[in-house]
Parts: sequence; C-alpha cells; structure tokens
Amino acid sequence: MIQVTDLNKSFGKLEVLKGVSFSINRPGVFAVLGHNGSGKTTLLKTILGMVIPNNGELQVNGAAIKRSWEYRKDIAYLPQIARFPENLTVNELIKMILDIRNRKGREVELIQRFGLEKFLDKKLSDLSGGTRQKVNIVLAFMFDANICIMDEPTAGLDPVALIELKKLIEEEREKGKTILITTHIMSLVEEVAEEIIFLLDGKIHFQGTLEEMQKQTNEKDLEHAIAAMLVPNGTHNH
Amino acid sequence: MIKILKYSFYDLMRSRWSYVYLAFYMLLGFVLLFLNSDLSKATITLMNIIVVLTPMIGTIFGIMYFYNSREFTELLLSQPVKRSTIFLGQYLGLSLSLSMSLIIGLGIPFLMYGITQSDAVGNFITLLASGTFLTFIFVALSLNIGLGNSNKIKGFGYAILMWLFFAVIYDGLFMISLIVFGDYPLDKFALGASLFNPIDLSRIMILLKLEISALLGYTGALFQKFFGTNLGILISVGVLLLWIFIPVMLMLRKSLRKDF
Repeated sequence: MIQVTDLNKSFGKLEVLKGVSFSINRPGVFAVLGHNGSGKTTLLKTILGMVIPNNGELQVNGAAIKRSWEYRKDIAYLPQIARFPENLTVNELIKMILDIRNRKGREVELIQRFGLEKFLDKKLSDLSGGTRQKVNIVLAFMFDANICIMDEPTAGLDPVALIELKKLIEEEREKGKTILITTHIMSLVEEVAEEIIFLLDGKIHFQGTLEEMQKQTNEKDLEHAIAAMLVPNGTHNH
Repeated sequence: MIKILKYSFYDLMRSRWSYVYLAFYMLLGFVLLFLNSDLSKATITLMNIIVVLTPMIGTIFGIMYFYNSREFTELLLSQPVKRSTIFLGQYLGLSLSLSMSLIIGLGIPFLMYGITQSDAVGNFITLLASGTFLTFIFVALSLNIGLGNSNKIKGFGYAILMWLFFAVIYDGLFMISLIVFGDYPLDKFALGASLFNPIDLSRIMILLKLEISALLGYTGALFQKFFGTNLGILISVGVLLLWIFIPVMLMLRKSLRKDF
C-alpha cells in the first residue's frame, strides 16, 4: 500500500531523512515513533506530497506519487497542529472540504460523537485547542479513505474524546484501513498499534510488531523498550 | 480551480481589508470629483494615483495574504487537489477581489457624476484596466517573493523594496543613465527600459489613450513616435500581459518545489 525507498530530505544543512526505506503491505495500525525532531512529521508529509523529497521513491497503492495528486483521494490526513483558515466557521470549513473533495461524508455522525454541535457556527479562531483538534478528527475521518495518516492525534484532547478517538481507530481498523499514527503517548501505541516503525537519526531503526520489539530489547514495558532502542548497542540499564 | 478561487475570494470578502480598500477608492473618487468636477481632468489626476497605489496595494496584500493563508494552503495541500490549481486559484481569488474593490470603488462615484454620458468614458475604462493589470502583476510578483522566503519579515521587506524599485528607484536610475550617457543615441535603450517596468508601461498606455502629448514624457513620446498611438497601446497591453504571464508561471514552478 505504501512503499518508501531510500528517501532523503534535508532542509538547508539539516538532514532530516537519510535513506528511509520501509513498506506497509497490509491493513492495520502502524505507529511511527521516534524522539522529537527525528523526522516523523517530515516523513508523513512526504507521503502526502506536502514535502518534496530530495531523492528516493514513494509509492502509494502501487503508483509513484511524484507530481501526482489523485492518490490523495484515498488518504485522510490529520495534521499535528490544527490550524485552519480563521475567518471560517466550523460548518463552513466542513462544507468546504466536502465540496473540494466532491464526496459525501459522514460528518453528521462524527460531529455528534465528538459533541461539536454547539460549535458549528463558531469561528475557528474562537475555538480552544482541544475543540480544534476534534474538528481536525472530523475532517480526517469523514471520508472513507483507505489510508489514514495521523500526526499526534491526541494533542489537547480531553479523556472522553480520547476514548472516542481510540474507538474510532479501532472501528477503522476493523474496516480494513491502513492507519499511520505518530504519538508520544505509549499507552495509545500499546492499545491500538500492531506494528511499530521506529525512526532514529533519519533512518528506520526498527520495523516490526510490539512483541518483536520487546523480544529484541528484552524489555516487557513498551516505554522501556523504546528507551532501550534509543540507546545504541543495548547498553541501557535501569 | 474555480472552487479554490471561490473560497479564497470568500475568505477575502470576509476580511475587513477588502472593504477598507473599497471605501478608500470610493472616498478618493468622490473627493477628486468634488474638488474638480471636470471628469477628464479628474481622470488624469486619478491616473497618477492609480499607477503608484495599485502596485503598492497589490504588493502588500499579496505578501500579507500569502503568509496569512498558510493554514488554508496547508489544508488544501493535503486534499486531492493539484498544487498548481491551489496557487492559481488563490492568486486569481486575491487579484480579482482587489480589482473589484478598485473598479467598484471608483466606478460608483464616477457613475454618479455621469461618466457614461461624457467623452471621458473610454479614458476612464483604460484607467481601470491599467489598475487591474497592475494589481494582477504585483500580486503575482509578491506571491513569488512569499514563496521564496519563509521568513515573514524578510518577505515583507523584499516585497516593499520591489514596489519601491518599480515605482521610484527605476525611474531614478533611468534618468541618471539618460544624463550620464546623454551623448549617445538612447532611443532604443529608453524604449526597451520602459518595457521592463510595468508601472511606466501602464502610465504610457494611459497617456497614449488620453492623447495628452504634453504629459507623455520622453519614453511616452518615443513610444508614440515609434509605434504610433494605436500600435503603441497594443504593444503596451501585450507587454503588460507578459508581465502577468511570466511571474504567474514562475510562481507555479516555485510552488511545485516548495515544502510545507
């Protein structure tokens, strides 16, 4: 579904991705992990075509994405920071995206689930961070896209909304979607993710299931396993 | 693309600035006509204002819009829409809304003073047309600057400098070179130099249309001598169109390589 081969990207002198290769060939939830500034967002944005790689190849659904845009019909994206055109109301924003995508969505159901009804006529600039994130979630999930890319979806969410989000991810997985998610919340990874893609120093350091990761690092707890990954040669002690 | 254009346009119509700009032109039109009820004289005064002001507004709005609509652009980029469509749509939305403010803002007072019944109607339309040309040109130029500079302050600085260059510095350099190289035949140089400044070019276009040779100045007179009035107007329109086309193409090319 997603095939990344030898992807390189630098911003000026800063090399962010140094030959990233991985492939995702089955549906499920994939967690992209790595410390701050490890290139998670850059990687996701290159898949979306928002960041142009210096070299390397990217395929989505079997076709190279270079200079193509149609493939994004099949991708939903939840950006890290929920920033929207400030002059629009929530309702107008949703209508606009529906219009641009030219598709029917299930926005009514999602608005209800996240309790956004009373915010529909509010301007986006007047919403709190958490509420914006809920709008973000509605926008990402309202189309039945096969691939869902979520960059820090939990940012600013209250516990109730967080539970709802987890349920939503679970439902989407059952529908056979491929979900890519970045997060720093390990409990979320443990709950929803099947496979982990671990970025370190601009390269894929590890790709495999949670069990494989635990086996490789001899750590039962995911957080400790991750920490062990961050320390080279397994010299990590606690 | 029409959809992107529509939403950019809506977005701008929501912002106070479009109305401030419209109100400013309306006020300007009424004041000019109040002080000078001769429509054709008012048109000439207006020309001097328009050839300097529309590029400035186009430049400032262009660069401001680019930086302010970053969220909107990012949102669109993650949707199944072509990049060139996004930027062309935004460009047209902005240029059209600014041009409309100009045309409506000046149109209302001049219509109320009976421009349609006077002989100045053709001149007035030329004036609005050149203002529209300049808006489209300078919005495209400033969007190019925005795409090339992620740093807002730098982008703003360059944009203002660009406007200053075409509005003031260019003429200064031109004059100096005429004085320094006064002993050489400078006709062709002067003619060529005026083609490279859209502000000069639209001034010449208006003056050729107004048929006021006294105001034409050196390059304008050259234009008239070389091409005659009609061909002169045609050529200036053609070059102004190139001035829109080339920056827009550059903008689209730049947008394809930019990271968001």
